[in-house]
Amino acid sequence: MRVSKRASGAIALGAAFALVASGCSSSDGDGGDAATSADGAITVDGTEPENPLVPSNTTETGGGKIIDWMWTGLVEYPNNGGAPQNALAESIDTTDSKVYKIKIKQNTKFHDGTVVKAKNFVDAWNWGAYSPNGAQNSSFFSDIEGFADVNTADPDGPEGPQKAPEPKAKEMSGLKVVDDWNFEVTLSAPTAVFPTKLGYSTFMPLPDAFFAGSAEEFGKKPIGNGPVKFVSWENNVAIKLTRFDDYQLRDKMKIKDVNIKIYQDDTAAYSDLVSGNLDFMQQVPVSALAGDKWKSDLGDRAVSSTTPSTGIIAFPIYDKRFQNPKLRRAISLSINRQEITDKIFFGNRKPADSWANPLTPGATPGNCTACQFNVDEAKKLLAEAGGFTGELVMYYNADASHKEWMEAVAQQIKTNLGINARAEGVPTFAVFRQNINAHKMKGAYRAGWQQDYPDVENWVNPLYVTGGSSNDGLYSNKQVDALAKEASSAPSLDASHAKFAEAVKLIDQDVPSMPIYFGGQQSGHSEKIKKMELSNVGELDITSVEL
Amino acid sequence: MGRYLLRRLLQLVPVFIGTTFLIYWLVWSVPGDPFAGKCGDRRCPDSYINFMTEKYQLDQSIWVQYATYMKNLFQGDFGITFNNRAVGDIIATAYPNTLKLAVVALAIEAIIGLSAGVLTGLRRNGFLDNLVLVSTLFLIALPVFVVGFVLQWLLGVKWGIVHPTVSNEMRLSELLLPGFVLGSASMAYVARVARTSIAENRRADYVRTAIAKGLPMRRVVGVHLLRNSLIPVVTLLGTDLGALMGGAIVTEGIFGINGIGRAVLRAIVTKESATVVSIVVVLVLVYLLMNLLVDLLYAALDPRIRYE
Amino acid sequence: MSDPSTASIVSTPPATVPTEAGSGAPVAAGLPENARKEKPRGLLGDAWRDLRRKPLFWISAILILVFVTMAAFPSLFTSGDPVNGALSRSRVEPSAAAWFGYDVQGRDVYARVIYGARASIVVALISTIGTLLIGGTIGIIAGYAGGWVDALLSRFADIFFGLPFVLGAIVILTTFNGAGSSNNEWQIMGLVIMSLVVLSWPVVMRLMRSSVLATKEADYIVAARALGAGTGRIILKHLLPNCLAPLLVYGTIMVGSFIGAEATLSFLGIGLKTPVVSWGIMISEAQNYIRVSPFLLFFPSAFLVTAVLSFVMLGEAVREALDPKLR
Repeated sequence: MRVSKRASGAIALGAAFALVASGCSSSDGDGGDAATSADGAITVDGTEPENPLVPSNTTETGGGKIIDWMWTGLVEYPNNGGAPQNALAESIDTTDSKVYKIKIKQNTKFHDGTVVKAKNFVDAWNWGAYSPNGAQNSSFFSDIEGFADVNTADPDGPEGPQKAPEPKAKEMSGLKVVDDWNFEVTLSAPTAVFPTKLGYSTFMPLPDAFFAGSAEEFGKKPIGNGPVKFVSWENNVAIKLTRFDDYQLRDKMKIKDVNIKIYQDDTAAYSDLVSGNLDFMQQVPVSALAGDKWKSDLGDRAVSSTTPSTGIIAFPIYDKRFQNPKLRRAISLSINRQEITDKIFFGNRKPADSWANPLTPGATPGNCTACQFNVDEAKKLLAEAGGFTGELVMYYNADASHKEWMEAVAQQIKTNLGINARAEGVPTFAVFRQNINAHKMKGAYRAGWQQDYPDVENWVNPLYVTGGSSNDGLYSNKQVDALAKEASSAPSLDASHAKFAEAVKLIDQDVPSMPIYFGGQQSGHSEKIKKMELSNVGELDITSVEL
Repeated sequence: MGRYLLRRLLQLVPVFIGTTFLIYWLVWSVPGDPFAGKCGDRRCPDSYINFMTEKYQLDQSIWVQYATYMKNLFQGDFGITFNNRAVGDIIATAYPNTLKLAVVALAIEAIIGLSAGVLTGLRRNGFLDNLVLVSTLFLIALPVFVVGFVLQWLLGVKWGIVHPTVSNEMRLSELLLPGFVLGSASMAYVARVARTSIAENRRADYVRTAIAKGLPMRRVVGVHLLRNSLIPVVTLLGTDLGALMGGAIVTEGIFGINGIGRAVLRAIVTKESATVVSIVVVLVLVYLLMNLLVDLLYAALDPRIRYE
Repeated sequence: MSDPSTASIVSTPPATVPTEAGSGAPVAAGLPENARKEKPRGLLGDAWRDLRRKPLFWISAILILVFVTMAAFPSLFTSGDPVNGALSRSRVEPSAAAWFGYDVQGRDVYARVIYGARASIVVALISTIGTLLIGGTIGIIAGYAGGWVDALLSRFADIFFGLPFVLGAIVILTTFNGAGSSNNEWQIMGLVIMSLVVLSWPVVMRLMRSSVLATKEADYIVAARALGAGTGRIILKHLLPNCLAPLLVYGTIMVGSFIGAEATLSFLGIGLKTPVVSWGIMISEAQNYIRVSPFLLFFPSAFLVTAVLSFVMLGEAVREALDPKLR
């Protein structure tokens, strides 16, 4: 979904190996000296959080990883990408995928010493869903019964003069606190994937202190329930976290302090990483990737992994010129994805060949027949579609590094199909998104999707179902809708995955968008770190760090 | 002198109001809903956009917004950013850093530019003259990111001569390299201006007289020539301080300095009016005061200039 | 003198000293006028005779001629395709087949450098001329009129001077040149030029104003006024020629900075767009590959530096030729 890492869950195969880093001198492979490690501190790179640090109001990387570190949810996504496991939840039981009985572990604590109780979850979820609170992730609660009563739509959109009516209720009827350790969630329709979603940061509990004051004030000094607690936040400089000694769950910290140094520019962070002033950098800059320089710079401190994200170019299907599926397929077939990943990404990303990222549970690898490179077929289809008149402009946001690959795609389409294609940058992501939201794009445009939670459902419902939250091109196929609906309410995940596979087959015929590459991540760490793991989305798992 | 100073200070008021309004208006006209891109590739919920729009009064007319901003400003409140941080705090931490960097850059620029200018001005069209011309122009023509990146990589990472980035303590030793990079673009101007000025004054009567009097060449150049040739250079350096402070966007980024350049760029792109206007307003004030200071310096350098 | 800004940036202190020929007043003033009066048309004739003897002038003039031809008729220099490439030859090093190699998209760098001359030179040159004209005119008016006109124009310039370049450019260019607008190459160049001029004139204005202030009390101006010359005549015939030198010096260097500024705008996605090529675009595209393919940066930079040098040298030669003191 995002350009950022604010997502959870995936089978990050490459992401999940424990690193036994070579210290410069020591060869004691099993981690460093326990004593130095326990008091140790690391400095990692970061960006200034865009919002106050409130879990249901954070969707970007900078604040997102801090929230991931500071909170522990009901379930957690293992680093090795396996199925979600209970973390704070003792058990999550259901018989019909509609009513869930959730029991939490007793006597775990928030950082302010108060106990995490069932009502901390229920109150937090109600707060996030209540529309006047304006949480960015409010739509994640829409599965829960009574969501429509607490979250009202603005009749004429945010631009219009009318205001959204005051919601009828403040609490969702589907949430019920049973006692301190038990609560019950009733969904508006059976949803097998619901427990999987619960590891997403939107579903984190909030302490009583949050409800006593304002969310904004809380966001300046957040109180979580995870392995590290908040120390300080100096604007644009650093955010400091330290070990929470009362933490009782599995993933305890093996070091003491974590400093997130805020960099405006990744080349500065990279220089610090190479010269040993920074302990971990999640993504090295393009200038270091070129010619694989980062591997020679970092040696065995270089960490290559894959992330459950896909680079996509979407079609504005509301534009008449793009309504013929044959034309869309022709364009997609004329793109040589292998060449783009080789030459533009230096082999660090893989050419896309399936609709859902293959790291996702339930995804079928290689099911995108439109992702092949077949110029003859493309030319034939283009002729059948009656050609393409005018200029095919492919838009991207110029405030991130998309220029190279978008230009390469446009050039291939131009060379292979003879369509007058070119890539054009839109200055800021805000303007870019605004045009996409308003369905005003005049050509194909860059999109990207990183799953929120590890299930193929997250790759179909939001993107290709009529009215989906990110179906910005307004693609609509009644059969796909019906299959996806059936899949979502299937009694088991296996049944659900099977139905989604059928839906994807239809999507593959329509080519509403073009998957281009699968995400990859190139990180580096300092010699100080002897052992570390990456989370399922490629963030540093701070609880695994040993010095 | 006093009256002159008072008049100049009074003139600051309309300029201040004009600038704040112009900048407010410009940020306001940057197209795009600042909150549309906040939720990644997912459309933000309307409730979020409404909440933020109302909180930051973006649904009001520009006049109301500007009036509110100015009212708060006079109460010492610079406003808050979209992530709920006080703009005043950002200014308080970022400004000193930017100022330090700019002063170091200015010093380096003045020293190198001036010495190059004096040397070449005394011997025009020689080998040295051409060398200085070509090398300073090379620095102008190459974008800052190239100069900064290459020097940081070679000196900082590869050879380890300097610290590749600047720590939060902003030590002088760490600032030399970024200062050079930042000042490099203006070095050519300083060198050229000093060269022309020296070359012209070289033929002045007072220099001829001084030489005829039998004064040693060092004294002629050091005292008579330099002092009289300094005025244009000072004008240039004075106006440059403002430009250096506002123009350090790239340098600050490469060397990891928490300064105003990056903060303002990000705020422009995200349409965070309070941040942009507050930072630029302080910048304009610095620039205006520098101008005033430069004008007062003239009197010190040139006895013919007097203020009534 | 009641105003401080009497010092010009380039030609030094105010000409309060009598400026007879050879008096050595530290001003680039006085003499040309006298010379003109003594031998009509002598100034330009002298200058030309002087210039013809200078190798520097010929070298720079020929280089500029080459660049201008390159901008006007790029196909004379290359038969290559500057726009279309093939990824298969991405970042191939220079060879006999492609003298300057291929860029990331597999496009011929030599062809791109040649075709890039047009946008770069047109934008930089016209912006420089525009900035000099507008800044110079306002500067002359402010300096010559003095009083409240001066104060008003100066403070107006201060306001513009305070504007961050990026902010102004983003607003101007996104308003007229947002995504999806179908401006052609020349319209976009016009907009880029406009934003550069709007955001750069205050410096020139200040320069010109201080020059004028330094010169306007000179004896020959006083004399001209006493002889009954009108304001227009004084400005055009007497003030302007004597205040041009600092502007020429500044202007020639400005050409170089504008080529870079144009690149910054393209980099932000608000300047020139593909398929238009410019040296600035090429340099910023090469940014990420400095370590592996430095030739991508080297060739456009070399052309850029050579072009800027030619302009500076020409400006220098002309200025020296026009300044009798330096003969």
